[in-house]
Amino acid sequence: MSSDEANVGAGVDRMVGAEPVPGSAKSDPILVADGVRRSFGGLTAVDVEHVEVQRGTITALIGPNGAGKSTLFNLLTGFDRVDRGRWTFEGRAINGKRGHQVARAGMVRTFQLTKALTRMTVLDNMLLGAPGQFGERMAGAFLRPVWQRQERENTARALVLLERFKLIDKRDDMAGSLSGGQRKLLEMARSLMTDPSMIMLDEPMAGVNPALVQSLLGHITALRDEGKTVLFVEHDMDVIMGISDWIVVLAQGRVIAEGRPSDIRADQQVIDAYLGAQEETVETQGSGE
Amino acid sequence: MRTRLVTVLLALITAILVIPGPVAAADEQGGEALHGQILNPENRDQGVEGIGITVYDGEDEIGAAETDSDGMWEVELPEPGTYRVVVDQESVPSEYVVREGIIVDGETEVEVEADDRRPLIVALEGAGAAEGGDASESPSEDTADDSGGEAGGEDGAVAPTTGGGSSFGAQFLQLTVSGILFGLVIAISAIGLSLIFGTTKMINFAHGDMVTFGAMVALLFSTGAAGLGNSLLAIFAGIGIAVLIGGLLEARLPRTTLIVAQWVAIFGGIALATTLGVMGDSIDWQVPLWLAAAIAVVMGAVLGGTMERYIWRPLRHRNVALIQMFIVSIGLALILRHVILVIFGAGRNRYAGYQIQELVQLGPVAMAPRDLVIMGVAVAVLVAVACLLQFTRIGKAMRAVSDNRDLAESSGIDVDRVTLYVWGLGGGLAALGGVLYGLNQVVEYEMGFRLLLLMFAAVILGGLGTAYGAMVGGLAVGLVAMLSTLWFPSQLMQAWALALMILMLLVRPQGLLGRRERVG
Amino acid sequence: MDILSILAESTRSAFGPIAAIYALAAIGLNIHFGYTGLLNFGQVGFMLVGAYGVGISVAVFDLPLAAGFGVGLLCALVLALLLGIPTLRLRADYLSITTIAAAEVIRLVYRAGFAEPLTGGAFGLQNLSADFRTLNPFDAGERYGFGLLAYNGNHLWVLVVTWGLVAVMAGLTWLLMHSPWGRVIKGIREDEDAVRSLGKNVFAYKMQALVLGGLIGSLAGCMLAVYQASIQPDQFKPQVTFFLWVILLLGGAGRVFGPVLGAMAFWFLMTFTDGVLQGMGALGWLPFLDGPDYGAIQLAFAGLMLVVLIVFRPQGLIGDRKEMLVNVK
Repeated sequence: MSSDEANVGAGVDRMVGAEPVPGSAKSDPILVADGVRRSFGGLTAVDVEHVEVQRGTITALIGPNGAGKSTLFNLLTGFDRVDRGRWTFEGRAINGKRGHQVARAGMVRTFQLTKALTRMTVLDNMLLGAPGQFGERMAGAFLRPVWQRQERENTARALVLLERFKLIDKRDDMAGSLSGGQRKLLEMARSLMTDPSMIMLDEPMAGVNPALVQSLLGHITALRDEGKTVLFVEHDMDVIMGISDWIVVLAQGRVIAEGRPSDIRADQQVIDAYLGAQEETVETQGSGE
Repeated sequence: MRTRLVTVLLALITAILVIPGPVAAADEQGGEALHGQILNPENRDQGVEGIGITVYDGEDEIGAAETDSDGMWEVELPEPGTYRVVVDQESVPSEYVVREGIIVDGETEVEVEADDRRPLIVALEGAGAAEGGDASESPSEDTADDSGGEAGGEDGAVAPTTGGGSSFGAQFLQLTVSGILFGLVIAISAIGLSLIFGTTKMINFAHGDMVTFGAMVALLFSTGAAGLGNSLLAIFAGIGIAVLIGGLLEARLPRTTLIVAQWVAIFGGIALATTLGVMGDSIDWQVPLWLAAAIAVVMGAVLGGTMERYIWRPLRHRNVALIQMFIVSIGLALILRHVILVIFGAGRNRYAGYQIQELVQLGPVAMAPRDLVIMGVAVAVLVAVACLLQFTRIGKAMRAVSDNRDLAESSGIDVDRVTLYVWGLGGGLAALGGVLYGLNQVVEYEMGFRLLLLMFAAVILGGLGTAYGAMVGGLAVGLVAMLSTLWFPSQLMQAWALALMILMLLVRPQGLLGRRERVG
Repeated sequence: MDILSILAESTRSAFGPIAAIYALAAIGLNIHFGYTGLLNFGQVGFMLVGAYGVGISVAVFDLPLAAGFGVGLLCALVLALLLGIPTLRLRADYLSITTIAAAEVIRLVYRAGFAEPLTGGAFGLQNLSADFRTLNPFDAGERYGFGLLAYNGNHLWVLVVTWGLVAVMAGLTWLLMHSPWGRVIKGIREDEDAVRSLGKNVFAYKMQALVLGGLIGSLAGCMLAVYQASIQPDQFKPQVTFFLWVILLLGGAGRVFGPVLGAMAFWFLMTFTDGVLQGMGALGWLPFLDGPDYGAIQLAFAGLMLVVLIVFRPQGLIGDRKEMLVNVK
């Protein structure tokens, strides 16, 4: 899929009626968060008053280094505990739920540092994503005939996805032997195995060979076009502007702006916060987030 | 690889089937027998000689034996069956009695199967202990592995006499003081453990054995160094100089000069050690305990620095995973513990001249002067360490690295050098902790491992990776361990510390002073 | 020094009941570490509660042996839950600290004076295998086998049962690890956050693995009690756990037959080095050492093996190089 096609997607306004102000209401929100707070020691990492994510869109979460993007991600997906706050996914409250429960609810995430399961084959990585496997119960594991049918169906599904993500030739290789970009693809494909309604991508382009970036972007827009909701954290402004339907800007843990790419591009506050901090970022590269 | 292995295995199996059996199976051909070893309850390395044991089948005497100089005895039996074994209580030295339990009134019945060479445990205990019947006074009382109850003195050292008549309040005070004392010792030993974890994210399972090392070295130099001490000193001097050269002059000297100088120092040390070893005991010297303790601290620091410089740093640079490093440190602990055992022996020792002291009455609390000194030294050292961490450059660097290694590295701190200093500091403090612990109790080769369990409880309680946490946690663990003896048997001390640790993990896994961790 | 008879004796011990018992306990450890990545440094604690479950039931309460096994396994289950609940949500190092401490504390408690009515204190318990021997289908007086591997009826019975259990547990491991359950377990070893993000309850899986490995460890303890007919707390010192680690790493962690091969190789080596040391001592070649030092030297040697293996050959004898060489972090 070419970049042109990807951009066409952004041409359609999927955010009808949404005001470009922090905390704005959406017509059909899939995720609604209220008063989410998390501090480390004395430092407030995340303090989000109100934010909504529109169903079936690509929403980008941006902000300077240390703005709390990854922390917010971890909180929403149950990988970290909030000090306070509540949020609903598909109308059900999921705050306080643990990571695996959030994933089962249909909100699946990937990681900034890819977590390919290195000493397992690519196909095993994929199969791990399949939900509701009888053979994953300890007692069920012994009843090979019972789970074998399910296993065959899952394998078929995994192969389709691997085909789509161009990893089919690698299916019997150890995931550890894949390149950085291939691992990102594998992680995305694996998360699709859980059949999620919303995918949270933590810096999907970080450390990816530029040649692969376009293909990754294509996959992301394809997800949206299938009706899935995508929320992703990213640094690269060009990427964000190109494919996002909506952008949420975080600085010092707060939402300072929201809007369509065109709104954000023009927002002086964002430019100040983002570009100002961007210079610092260069200096402290490697300090991690 | 696998085919080669299978070939080797097959060859071995063939060989086994060909080699005639009786060669190896000899020990099994002897039919039935009863045997055992009767040990001196005060020193389990020695047997008790001349105790008579007779075996009866019903009323018929089958055989008799007398223990030899190692306390060993053996009686051959004609056939499988049930036998009555009688220990001749007259032959037991008058200071001991046969311990009741398996043997009742000097007799017991045992069932012997075909081809069974059964061991039978006959245990002695001090003559006084049996009458008291109090579990805490029995020879198996302590956590020690050799039930070496030194005339009841050992328990007294752990939990000062809570002797009859004193009120609960007085006992409480007394135990609080000894809890603080014990806690200070734990704290001193545990700081290194916590700082090492902070800087390298590695749990040093060999830390307990570094404690033992300090205690043993101080014992050696305070009771007469001779050949062994001289050699050890020479080796450590050599390696210590090498590590120091590396640590201090790395930036200033060209690389080849540096490496040559280090190797010269190491080989010089080894050569000197060999010479001194050959000269043997002709150069005999001994120093007072405080000086021996100082030597132990320096050698402990060298040991820590050496481990970091020649084991951990290379492993980190090879990118060895943390989990593997844990296993390496377990292996090192095994090596260190048993090398110490080979060099210094398994005996239980005390620092000469400090065992028996008149107690000083301080208000309601009675303390031995040595315990007062221990407390004084411990507090002074803890304050000094706190000042080091708070006010000196290297101390601040240690805390910075401990806080966030990557951030410290990117802000220009030489992380490897700081880690080296942390290991040196930790090793020195562990050695000092060993001396203090040994002074308060006894010196033996497993003392450090037992203290390690309490140190773990301390660092987890206080917060893994924080030096102050180790201090606070150490004190808390010491107090809990001692005060628990008010209500529970003293053998449960460690169990309470463990329970405290588990409770902490449930409630606040980051510890009292630790920070909640960031995930992802 | 008769090298041939030392070799013969070493081989014999490689097939002996102790090797089988260690293989069994190492299979449990393999489930913990080899497959799930749990750092259990207290496997001996599971063996201890298993052995004393049998010991106390049989010697103190006169219960049948089967009840003893049941009690032993139950104790292991409780121990695994106690260790797992506080630590399995935390980083791997907390489990390692807690297990190493708990195993030693349990030993100290079992050997303590106040526990003597139940545990026999430091002297342990005796006469534990009568039931087991009445089940013996072999004739106790007869010798079976040939050449070096000839055993009397009782020993053969122990051997058959213990190696049989080893085979069953190895089979069980194979079945589990080649199922979707095993896939989740191995995923946790690689990266538990990734597995969690896919909707698996990582804590529950880790707990299942901890319990299962602990139960197998306690079964090894039960067999130890039955084989020796007596148990003492000091048989359960921490070095037993470290031997198990050497066995696991020697054979290959994460391989079904790793622990079995490792146990045989380990006991071969231990008996061999012991024989050689004794032989050299008898010849007067080791002037600085006494008899008791040989054991210490062997333990130091085991420690050295642990270090060398984990650094230079983490895949062990039969480990898959391809699997292990990919970044282990």
